[in-house]
Amino acid sequence: MSLTREHVESIAHLARLAITQDELPAYVDSLSRILSFVEQLNAVEARDVEPMAHPLAGQVQRLRPDEPEQMNSREKYQANAPCTEAGLYLVPKVIE
Amino acid sequence: MSELHHLTLSEISAGLSKRSFSSVELTRHFLARIEQGAAALNAIITTCEEQALAAARQADEALAKGRAGPLTGAPIVHKDIFCTDGVLTTCASRMLSNFIAPYDATVVERLARAGVVTLAKANMDEFAMGSSNETSWYGPVKNPWDPRRTPGGSSGGSAAAVAARLAPAATGTDTGGSIRQPAALTGLTGLKPTYGRVSRYGMIAFASSLDQAGTLTHTAHDAALLLGVMAGFDPRDSTSVDEPVPDYVAALDQPLTGLKIGLLKEFFDEGLQSENAALVREALRVYEKLGASLVEVSLPNMPLSVPTYYVVAPAECSSNLSRFDGVRFGHRCKDPVDLMDMYKRSRGEGFGAEVKRRIMTGAYVLSAGYYDAYYLQAQKVRRLITDDFARAFTQVDVIMGPTTPTPAFELGAKVHDPVTMYLNDIYTIAANLAGLPAISVPCGFVDALPVGLQIIGAHFAEAKLLNVAHAYQKETQWTRRIPPGFE
Repeated sequence: MSLTREHVESIAHLARLAITQDELPAYVDSLSRILSFVEQLNAVEARDVEPMAHPLAGQVQRLRPDEPEQMNSREKYQANAPCTEAGLYLVPKVIE
Repeated sequence: MSELHHLTLSEISAGLSKRSFSSVELTRHFLARIEQGAAALNAIITTCEEQALAAARQADEALAKGRAGPLTGAPIVHKDIFCTDGVLTTCASRMLSNFIAPYDATVVERLARAGVVTLAKANMDEFAMGSSNETSWYGPVKNPWDPRRTPGGSSGGSAAAVAARLAPAATGTDTGGSIRQPAALTGLTGLKPTYGRVSRYGMIAFASSLDQAGTLTHTAHDAALLLGVMAGFDPRDSTSVDEPVPDYVAALDQPLTGLKIGLLKEFFDEGLQSENAALVREALRVYEKLGASLVEVSLPNMPLSVPTYYVVAPAECSSNLSRFDGVRFGHRCKDPVDLMDMYKRSRGEGFGAEVKRRIMTGAYVLSAGYYDAYYLQAQKVRRLITDDFARAFTQVDVIMGPTTPTPAFELGAKVHDPVTMYLNDIYTIAANLAGLPAISVPCGFVDALPVGLQIIGAHFAEAKLLNVAHAYQKETQWTRRIPPGFE
């Protein structure tokens, strides 16, 4: 599967990754190789096979009662934040 | 008395309880070993000297008061993918090079509660993506058996540290072989438990349906000691299985008579180097002497495991790594002009090339128009592979074969084509897809480089796996070999 530059640029946009024009050819090449490699899966007859999302049969999403359990550790967790103010995370303007 | 760093974890446990040495003595000894040896191998990202000595002192107090367990005071290294409260946790990525974890992973917490001393955080492939520890932001790790060669990956730092006797044991993670392959390339015992056996809480996620925490140790006995503490239900991990934890140590010495070993036809293919194959066959003869019988089994869909993995794992990784957006933690680019710019440049700068390749592969196979052809199809093939194993385990107790196609390869040899690198995991990946427990044990040397024998078990059969591995280790001496220069 040979990808085009435009194709890789749109995937990079979907994945929110900045790829420079210099870096682009290497990614086009390596992604094309990887996709060519995985294409052999298409030849497998699996029409009636149930897809498997988890390796163990019978796993279900466990739920717990909607009751508060942990203490508020906001300050500890925000110690790693790039930019905060009054307990809020600051980012560039989102709403025009 | 031999050097403290020649001791296995179980010998250390015995020595501590007999008070032949103290935990502080041991900890100082290994911290010094790390200081001397880690730079040459680049195996360690962060050393936790103060915390280690404080924990060692506490352990010595517990030992003196007779309130100690088998692991109290034993030092260990954690792969830098496990969150360690108050300590830098980087996943070997620029993205987290400033991240001080605000909590302990369950694995770290349980081992600490058992009195284990954390010496350091080990280098690894970035976000656990790699088979050679060459993708780390902190530089590649060298194999102590030959520093021009890779120790394997992604738990390369953990493997190199234990093989070089900088620590008696280490934790690792295994998504496609990242414990077993480095164990094989460095002469260690590497255990990947059943999916859901060990909690993933606080273990930074790569591929959530494949990731498992495990151990890199010299022996199966050591692995049994650690697994007994690490394993068990954790309500904080929604995929944790509520299955009782057996006494792995007590089960080690069961006799092997009647054991049926499956020889996987598809493992002995043209990719397998002939000397590796010969050593694996010799190991199988040891098992026959111990009373086991060999049965040829076939897993016809097994050769599809690598392409299946390289659809499923990147898809899951693209989802898991979307949390790294420069907002709440991790790398943020300078002077973002708007939100989109902040996301793209923070992630573009924070992630290395292999991580970006996998995120983009994942985004592609999950995108509209391609989801059915790639991702859904891969999930179907995953079921075919898993069903093959289920059928095989009705005929045999364990499946054996090589862990890797060749011994350790040279650094830089496989970085040019990602697919060449991916094929290193050709024998290990299927166990992750099927969620099965698997272990690699050292079984000999080719040109002075270690070779591993892989043993795969049925779900939750870790006690059997460890028993089978231990039986082989009682008959052989591979676990005692030390890389020249690290004695």
